[in-house]
Amino acid sequence: MNAVWIYLCTGAGLIALGVLALVREPHFFRKVLAFNITGSGIFLLLVAAASRVSDGPPDPVPHAMVLTGIVVSVSATAVGLALAKKYHHLTGHTALPGEEDEE
Amino acid sequence: MNLQESYLYFILLASLLPAVIIFFIPEQRHRLRVFVNMAGTTIKLVLVFVLMAGVRQGKVYESRITLLPDMDLVLHADALSLLFIGLSAVLWFLTTLYAIGYLENSPHRSRFFGFFSLCVSSTVGVALSGNLVTFVIFYEALTLSTYPLVVHRGTPEAMKAGATYLAYTLGGGAVLLVAVVWLRILAGPLDFQTGGMLGDLVQTYPLELRCIFVLLIGALGVKAALVPLHGWLPKAMVAPAPVSALLHAVAVVKAGAFGIVRVLYDVYGVDPAAQLGVSTGLAVLAAVTILWGSLRALAQDELKKRLAYSTVSQVSYIILGAAILGPVATIGGLVHLVHQGLMKITLFFCAGNYAETLGVHHIHGMDGAGRRMPLTTGAFTLGALGMIGVPPLAGFVSKWYLGIGGLRAGQEWVVAVLVASSVLNACYFLPILYRAWFREQAAAWPEEHAGSRFEAHWMLLTPPLVTAALCIAAGVCAGSDWSPLEWVKMITEREYAPR
Amino acid sequence: MMASPEAWLVLCPLAAAALAFLWRSRGAFIGIVSALINGALVAWLIALMRTEGVRRIEIGGWSAPLGIEFYADGLSPWMLMLAAILGVATAVYARGYFKDPGSWFWPIWLMLAAAINALFLTRDIFNAYVCLELLGLSSVALIALSGNPDALAAALRYFFVSMLGSLFYLLGVSLLYSAHATVDIDRLRSLVSETPATLAAAAFMTVGLLLKTALFPLHFWLPPAHANAPAPVSALLSGLVVKASLYLLLRLWFEVFPGAIFASVAPLFGLLGAAAVVWGGIQALLQERVKLVVAYSTVVQVGYFFLLFPLAAHPLTAELARQGVIYLLLAHAIAKSAAFMAAGNFIRVVGSDRLEDMKGAGTALPVSMFSLGLAGISLMGLPPSAGFIGKWKLFSASLTAGQWWWTVVLAAGGLLSAAYFFRILSPALAEPSRLGAKIPRTMKWTPMALALAGVLLGFLAPQLLEIFEIGAPLRPAAAMEGGP
Repeated sequence: MNAVWIYLCTGAGLIALGVLALVREPHFFRKVLAFNITGSGIFLLLVAAASRVSDGPPDPVPHAMVLTGIVVSVSATAVGLALAKKYHHLTGHTALPGEEDEE
Repeated sequence: MNLQESYLYFILLASLLPAVIIFFIPEQRHRLRVFVNMAGTTIKLVLVFVLMAGVRQGKVYESRITLLPDMDLVLHADALSLLFIGLSAVLWFLTTLYAIGYLENSPHRSRFFGFFSLCVSSTVGVALSGNLVTFVIFYEALTLSTYPLVVHRGTPEAMKAGATYLAYTLGGGAVLLVAVVWLRILAGPLDFQTGGMLGDLVQTYPLELRCIFVLLIGALGVKAALVPLHGWLPKAMVAPAPVSALLHAVAVVKAGAFGIVRVLYDVYGVDPAAQLGVSTGLAVLAAVTILWGSLRALAQDELKKRLAYSTVSQVSYIILGAAILGPVATIGGLVHLVHQGLMKITLFFCAGNYAETLGVHHIHGMDGAGRRMPLTTGAFTLGALGMIGVPPLAGFVSKWYLGIGGLRAGQEWVVAVLVASSVLNACYFLPILYRAWFREQAAAWPEEHAGSRFEAHWMLLTPPLVTAALCIAAGVCAGSDWSPLEWVKMITEREYAPR
Repeated sequence: MMASPEAWLVLCPLAAAALAFLWRSRGAFIGIVSALINGALVAWLIALMRTEGVRRIEIGGWSAPLGIEFYADGLSPWMLMLAAILGVATAVYARGYFKDPGSWFWPIWLMLAAAINALFLTRDIFNAYVCLELLGLSSVALIALSGNPDALAAALRYFFVSMLGSLFYLLGVSLLYSAHATVDIDRLRSLVSETPATLAAAAFMTVGLLLKTALFPLHFWLPPAHANAPAPVSALLSGLVVKASLYLLLRLWFEVFPGAIFASVAPLFGLLGAAAVVWGGIQALLQERVKLVVAYSTVVQVGYFFLLFPLAAHPLTAELARQGVIYLLLAHAIAKSAAFMAAGNFIRVVGSDRLEDMKGAGTALPVSMFSLGLAGISLMGLPPSAGFIGKWKLFSASLTAGQWWWTVVLAAGGLLSAAYFFRILSPALAEPSRLGAKIPRTMKWTPMALALAGVLLGFLAPQLLEIFEIGAPLRPAAAMEGGP
């Protein structure tokens, strides 16, 4: 088992964890965290893909993609948190109506 | 585009343009609206006469616009379409006059007359369609432009009638579209052709063609009010009288009947229809409708409802005549397209006058109406006697040709149906005439409007008198060159000409 | 590059967005000018493509895979045209709708316009991801614009769905890249085969995009999101944004994934589409709020689009189905926007969104009433309208292919649409009321212009479809065996 496999398996695990939490967890903050985790998992897969050329320097394209992806997910996180904060401020709830509110 | 082609568009525009303009005329500009309306109707009448003169000499007017690479919009004026357009142009003129008087001082007149003209434009489009696709387009436009007229009063009852109307007609429209697409795939471009356009397909796809025929009749039968698809028609009676008049004599019901004639003669063709055996079924359905409509009419006390069921019955004369597939019966059926229109519109105009001037809506309230409104009742009498088939009125001519046609085609049962129906017609019309002329007025009229020089407003009185006169003329002068009968004979000669 | 409309189509709205953000008091002016320029650019692009055919532009002189490449075949200008028409209409309508010319609507909407233009021009599935994400985030912000709790909840729900969808899509992209080391659609097309990696990628990307397209049964988020947004935003979301993910889905299935998978998945798509038509139609009949009815009608229309898959799988009917769906796409975009705008006018005047309160609204707003009716004609597919052309083609396709059951679905869908449109129109037509509120002229006539356009476009089919067929887009991979 080489390093690439570790990346791949960790990535897959993170994705599964993230998606599960995104669907199951009602709390906004957890949901936002969940998609960040899913995103990290996917980035790990991409980084692993960079080493597909066995010898020689790694492929630079996936790194560029991961960087772009991180920028996107940071801004998405900001939007999500801002919305959640406003919603909490207005209604006092931290989950969507219809989903379990744990507080 | 040459001048001959542009006539077709002018005829459409003569009602379409006024419709668009009228929508934008402010409610209180009464004179302007009347002017636009009457200008449109007059121009259309003139254009129709020009076209009729041309077609008589054997000219054919046609114009194509490509809608899709494999789909043309075809406007085509032949003798059959002009029969329908001529009827609609004359009756539109009179009905507009009537409606202006009828709706005086009521709200939403711009909306009403806008849709009224749209409705007539769609009818003319139906008549001018040169292929089934174009027909579908105008047929649906007719459905939609009529709906606002049916619900014009905005009462809960009117809204309900409108819902029923839409449910029936849009359902029929969906079936029609499916049938047309199916036929399009089997038969290619669906241009109407005298003698049918199917050619050898009758041998190749007999089963499919029968199915399509059933679908087509099912779809068109909704508007033509074939039993059991007639349920919307009596309910639509809540519409204002001029709308009922137009619906029953020209626009919706006739569009359905006209469509069935087109399908039978110019899509399937006389011989293929006989080979497939579909025409007999249609004739039986028409006969059932004739009798059922008359029977139901007997049971109605509301005048307009009785007239509505009478329409159900009378329109099927057209279909019966067409479905017998003999030249003489065809003449009887087609000429009834015009004759029924003239007679029925007279009856509805009069019914509207009773309601508007006296407040009478029911037959039991008509005692003595003849003495109070002799001219209206006179016109009503002519219409009713025509419907029964008393010579020498228009209805007699139709029934005569239908009967002879049935005998010539070896279908004697047709005569029995005609006799039975005429007896029923007499049973539901004569009591009305008796009440109006011979019974004494029982009580004061519910809502009498006096103050006019005549028995009713002149705009309400002239149209029924004119149409009643036309009913006589169509019967008495049936042999003259310009009578509907002669025109229909010309169509039939072309349709049955050896090919 | 300066002489290519493609770059300007992205740069112009992006610059306008920044400008509108910095100079907020002039947002409306900037927005309208930008929308007009956008329209002119699309016209320019179409004019160029009519002589040159397919266009491929390298931005900044860097070629793929490192650089960004713009590509336009017939489908791209088709979608851009749709976006441009809706852009102008939305801008004019929003000018009247948002009383404050400095509303946040303008910069966010311009951002959305840039993202969607870029999406329709890219040939690179990773860039498409970035556009999709940008589009999703700006849509979320637009839904939340009114700031009330319902809108915020709808925005948050849409946000999470959209995130989940994009992540699934990104996962598919990375799987495809790991396997084939490219993100270019044309290169992928020649490389992919039925390997497990491709299958997994196809599955993830499809689920992600279906979520965003709101195909039944993944449509649950759409009605609340589209119904709680301000009217011009609803018009954009239903008319345009839903179609962005659909566009990508079509590109992937018709131009990337191997024909064998396509053929086996196509009936499933068709089935889901049919279910969407029926279920959406019934739900629309049961709603008590005007905008929810219109929103469920979008669920129905999305179902129609997916009938493309089974019908395109049949060689005889592929072209009919493709053109039919593409025309329905246009018809729906225009008519649905008109419907949302007209409904917005009713709500503005009546002060409520409930069907039962609409009594007499038609008398107060005859023009909006008429627009809603015309839009309904196109959505029902009645002649003569753009929707009719689309439906006619689909009808022909399904009967030619011998798959008559889609005909039944289409006919039932049309009748259901008639029924639920009737539910809005009939109370509005009923007894006159004393509603006297005035609405700005722009709000009154914009839906009318759109609805009329929806009807008139029914007469332009041959000319428009000629544009769509440039470069023969959306040919299933199976039909192109042997490579381009």
